[in-house]
Amino acid sequence: MAKLKSVEELEALRKKIVSQRDPKKTCITICSGTGCHAHGSEKVAAAFREEIARRDLASEVDFRVTGCHGFCEQGPLVVIKPDNVFYPGVKTRDVPAIIVNARDKNIIQRLLFTDQKTGEKITYEHDVPFYKKQKRLVFGNNGLIDPAVIEDYIAVGGYAALARALFGMKPDAVIEEVTRAGLRGRGGGGFPTGVKWSTTRNAPGEPKYLICNADEGDPGAYMDRSLVEGNPHSVLEGMIIGAYAMGSHEGFVYVRNEYPLAVKNMQTAIEAAEKRGLLGKNILGSGFDFSVRINRGGGAFICGESTALMASLEGQVGEPRAKYVHTAVEGLWGKPTNLNNVETWANVPLIINNGADWYSQIGTRNSKGTKIFSLVGKIKNTGLVEVPMGITLREIIYEIGGGIPGGKKFKAVQTGGPSGGVIPESHLDLTVDFDELTKVGSMMGSGGMIVMDEDTCMVDMAKYFVSFLEGESCGKCLPCREGLQRMREILDRITEGEGRNSDIRFLEELSATLMETSLCALGSTAPNPVLSTIRYFRKEYEAHIRDKKCPAGVCKKLKRAAAVK
Amino acid sequence: MVTLTINGRKITAEEGTSVRAAAADNNIHILGLCDEEAVAPYGACRLCLVEITTARGRKRLVTSCLYPVEEGLEVVTENEKIRQHRRVLIELLLGRCPDSEKIQKIARGLGVNKPRFPLHEGNNKCILCALCTRVCREVVGVSAISLTNRGVERMMSTPFGEDYSEACIGCGSCAYVCPTDAIHMIDRGGKRLIQWPHSEMTHKLVKCKVCGMYWATEKEIAHMIKISGEKPEHFETCPACRD
Repeated sequence: MAKLKSVEELEALRKKIVSQRDPKKTCITICSGTGCHAHGSEKVAAAFREEIARRDLASEVDFRVTGCHGFCEQGPLVVIKPDNVFYPGVKTRDVPAIIVNARDKNIIQRLLFTDQKTGEKITYEHDVPFYKKQKRLVFGNNGLIDPAVIEDYIAVGGYAALARALFGMKPDAVIEEVTRAGLRGRGGGGFPTGVKWSTTRNAPGEPKYLICNADEGDPGAYMDRSLVEGNPHSVLEGMIIGAYAMGSHEGFVYVRNEYPLAVKNMQTAIEAAEKRGLLGKNILGSGFDFSVRINRGGGAFICGESTALMASLEGQVGEPRAKYVHTAVEGLWGKPTNLNNVETWANVPLIINNGADWYSQIGTRNSKGTKIFSLVGKIKNTGLVEVPMGITLREIIYEIGGGIPGGKKFKAVQTGGPSGGVIPESHLDLTVDFDELTKVGSMMGSGGMIVMDEDTCMVDMAKYFVSFLEGESCGKCLPCREGLQRMREILDRITEGEGRNSDIRFLEELSATLMETSLCALGSTAPNPVLSTIRYFRKEYEAHIRDKKCPAGVCKKLKRAAAVK
Repeated sequence: MVTLTINGRKITAEEGTSVRAAAADNNIHILGLCDEEAVAPYGACRLCLVEITTARGRKRLVTSCLYPVEEGLEVVTENEKIRQHRRVLIELLLGRCPDSEKIQKIARGLGVNKPRFPLHEGNNKCILCALCTRVCREVVGVSAISLTNRGVERMMSTPFGEDYSEACIGCGSCAYVCPTDAIHMIDRGGKRLIQWPHSEMTHKLVKCKVCGMYWATEKEIAHMIKISGEKPEHFETCPACRD
């Protein structure tokens, strides 16, 4: 296989691939994302392959295993292309019927999705309420791509942005475009990406390094996993464009070790891109070199923090350092280093392909583009959703998420993982964007969205997050190491009926010191779940402390409060 | 050279100097437990907090040991906010090392007497400032001890926690630099005992050929021969008896 040595060769290859694929030919796609895997999609996929072969129908029916489609609650998901007929919850025994009917362009009514509200059957994927309000710009291609097949990515326009940047734009122009687009970091910090790129580009020193942060440690978050597993090339393409813009020739993808499939699929993508001359030396014959290596984490949440990640990459213990000098100036091995989250990188090809003007039309004034959220917890439609910034929480939870199961009452939604806070019903009409979420005491974070109902104890929930962080604290700085343990001790006492009247004040005092004196963001944001639950659910704390009661009936050592049903 | 203001006083400092070092050069003492001139700043104890306002007007609390001086920086080393945070920090430290006289003294000075939470046991005055391990690595260059484990389990340790560290030369620099007396060096009967918080190691001492006093461990001498390039004979006498 010869490497592509020009834009013309890339476009010729793209044309060839597309021409070899009949757009009208039936293609059965099955999702192999996290949720669908848990639902047994591997067996169903095997059944499809066997049955198509057994019936010798390969010439009439294509079959493709794709990345995550997002509607994890309803897996295994099967979508029949080109019409996008949607079959949720497919079982191996449904396979023969699906194949035959797909070939004949028939629809199997009994397998269709039923809208619980109206009772009607929905045929097409885009009509399913879960998908209707989403804007799947970054995630949408997952359904069209087998992550192990680079030709699939090229067929949907992959690497066209890279070609445009490399041959049609100067590095500064690329940074200008990303800056004008208003892209902000999707890993939690929300820092303007263009500014970070500019700082890295202008920082003195060689070599410059690029890092993709795929450590994704927030409990309940699996967006980055699904992007790396389902569309690794989109992330790579973004990195190569960034490397060109900043003058970097060496990049790393730091993946948490608990994501072996993400490691595998990214490795496959790297090798495939290198073989095609889209990565490595003399990319597309442009003379620009950029290579990427994968590094795996060792099981520490703190290694999602940029300086701890870099320490880990250097082979040292994953501990953060003060960021008074930015890593864009002095990072990996003391050199200028640009670190971005998986989702941030995946947004870059979109911006280069469609332009900053197009991108900045989506979203709100200070939060442009879309965000992928993992909608989990007490919600009917668990899964990964991609929505434009500016959509309301109510729309996400009720129209996309389908509301709370079991007839239970919504209580709060936790955003931003252990660094974020809870948002109660009174703020459900809040428009989701970086600044709005921060205003109410939470934060965007990496995109975790945990829905809670009347059976969730907010004190217990705060204790959960503090315990998590207590175990993940690196232990270097005093306030985080000792402070989190002491906060957890207080929450233990409160949830076990030994709360004292001074406890809320004490938690607030410790929180203030952690927030202002911790060395890194693990410690400084750790008080958020505690402070926000005190802010919105103070009465629950008081019931635990004064009345020794747990209104939600969760804290076992306390009597269940008499619930008026 | 850079001009900045500390507590209203204009001072100048070389670029690359930390605010804490620049303050010390001007006789302004900022509290701190884990910052020593001989090693790179670390940022563990957080006691050296100051409130800064940058030339651009950005105000925040930073650890002065790590923050480099900037043109036009305004630094305040004492105010109610800093005092309050220091009180909580020392209270946390006292909870960890209730037996440390040094911590008790600092706490009393800040108005903190008894921590409001259960006291830890078994930390043996070690405040995890890491000065011992940093000196061993950056100054002595042997990295015989290290910090292990994560979070509250963190501790100063020898390899595998054994009463032996192959790289340790028994120089006692760790004992010398420890701010809370958590490491002891005891010379007795021709042997040197180094007692760390959770393990210990005994070294053989060597006598001076001239005065007969025990003056260094065998491994110290071997190390000094290696790094100095001097002949072994040079170290058969103690420094006092050497010409």
